[in-house]
Amino acid sequence: MSAAPRETSWSGQKGAFLALLGPPLGWFLLFFAAPLAVVWAYSFGTNVGAAEIAISGTFANYARALEPLYLGILAKSVGIAALATLICLLLGFPVALAISFAAPQARIWLLIGIMLPFWTNLLIRTYALIAVLRDEGLVNTALASLADALGLPFAPLRMINTNVAVIVGLVYVHLPFMVLPIYAALDRMDRTLIEASLDLGAGHLRTMFAIVIPLAAPGIAAGLLLTLVPALGSYLAPDLLGGPNSQMIANVIERQFKRANDWPFGAALSFMLVYLTFLILALRPLLARKGAGA
Amino acid sequence: MSRDPPALLDYGRRWPLRLVMFAVFLFLYVPLAALVLFSFNDSRRTTRWQGFTLDWYRRMIADTELIAALGNSLVIALLATLISLVLGTLAAVALWRFRFPGKALVSGGFSLPILIPEIVLGVAFLIFFAHVLPWPVGLPWPLSLGAITIAHVAFCFPFVAVVVRARLQSFNREEEEAARDLGAGPWRALVDVILPYLRPSLLAGGLLAFTLSLDDFVITFFTAGPDTVTFPVKVYSMVRFSVTPKVNAISTVMLLITVALTFVALRLQARHGGRALPG
Repeated sequence: MSAAPRETSWSGQKGAFLALLGPPLGWFLLFFAAPLAVVWAYSFGTNVGAAEIAISGTFANYARALEPLYLGILAKSVGIAALATLICLLLGFPVALAISFAAPQARIWLLIGIMLPFWTNLLIRTYALIAVLRDEGLVNTALASLADALGLPFAPLRMINTNVAVIVGLVYVHLPFMVLPIYAALDRMDRTLIEASLDLGAGHLRTMFAIVIPLAAPGIAAGLLLTLVPALGSYLAPDLLGGPNSQMIANVIERQFKRANDWPFGAALSFMLVYLTFLILALRPLLARKGAGA
Repeated sequence: MSRDPPALLDYGRRWPLRLVMFAVFLFLYVPLAALVLFSFNDSRRTTRWQGFTLDWYRRMIADTELIAALGNSLVIALLATLISLVLGTLAAVALWRFRFPGKALVSGGFSLPILIPEIVLGVAFLIFFAHVLPWPVGLPWPLSLGAITIAHVAFCFPFVAVVVRARLQSFNREEEEAARDLGAGPWRALVDVILPYLRPSLLAGGLLAFTLSLDDFVITFFTAGPDTVTFPVKVYSMVRFSVTPKVNAISTVMLLITVALTFVALRLQARHGGRALPG
């Protein structure tokens, strides 16, 4: 099929090569790499005067970022994001499985149903959750009328401004990131393997853990990363749904730039988040291999 | 996928899966349904139904700041989408076509804007446009939106590149060679042979870029000035200030736009023989 060579060497057609790669590479270097490099440089800087920062090569900002207070916030961010990711997996896997076994026409509608919230503005979705989780919100109103009908005393559940609300918000926003890659993996799966397993006497649960989950491992690994990475850097959910005790790393970074006006420290915190993100991404091959080998 | 799974494998019809699926769809759609419902509620409160009204929509249209913010967002999204389509397609074709030293580095670099946390990009653009390349203040609209548009293109065009590159993987180079044999120059071959083949991915990539730009709050929050407020930034300040059904009304309008765009895209993609679904 692929008789014609896929790639040609750039040296033969330098003009065409530069015309193609030049504009995107230029944009990337000027408007992505350069701004990030400046943040990186600022993370080794010191405040001198009101709006002036000297790149002094100090590690003081990183030393401060490693103080128990900030390390604690970083650990808490990882914990909240990981818990939200786990809940997404527990909810998303059955949904992906059900969609992949649905009739073709139903499957398209179910996928659109999962995608639509994902296309909807993040701020709108977070705002919609506020109305559900507030003290006098939908959940509490429903619970109150239920308690009323049963003749039980009722005290509103405190959800908004707690860590629970942040986790609910993260799950709500990131669930499609989990469902879609798992669905893609399940869709490619060879179903005769499931039949064989069932024929050979394994139950449905055993088949699930011994056959379906290992085969879906690449999709699960992708879903875990696609959920965990953005959840870790979330700003809106902890800001609008969480309370003073559920601030995540992104909120602390924002404060350094917008209120505390300590840009070098904010820059150091930003790069702590970047390093952490890369560390998580480096786990991907490990995750996928572990799943496939199980 | 034409084969019907035998009843033994009919997981879609087993009750535990159905239960989870039902619960998840309830979880996804009840908040949105409530949001729409209470945009028609004749009360300031957004929890108890008092009666039907269109008053909040009237107040929304009368709110010139809100409408201006929506206009800003749409213009930025449109500009960012057009530039991202060009840059993303160029990048995808260059990486697909050529072998060159440092290719892995460039290819990996282009995926960084997708991976870097939004908050970090936000502060990067804040510093960049404050200290390195100050965007002139007082420019006439829409030039005043330049800084935000530049920032949006930086994180949107890599998504376009990914989508277009995936489509190029299945392109048969012999078609292009045939065009070249028949006398077309490299530019003609690109425009007449490769671009038409890429159309579904350009549509998908463009829609993705448009949505990402329209949706973005965090990066814009750091880049926007007082006279360049976008829709999400405006809604954010409204939500912070107080919960009012006016936000429900404007959110409902945005939801409708999203639904309409999604279905238009699905229609177009089905017609162009691409995949029937986004993503």
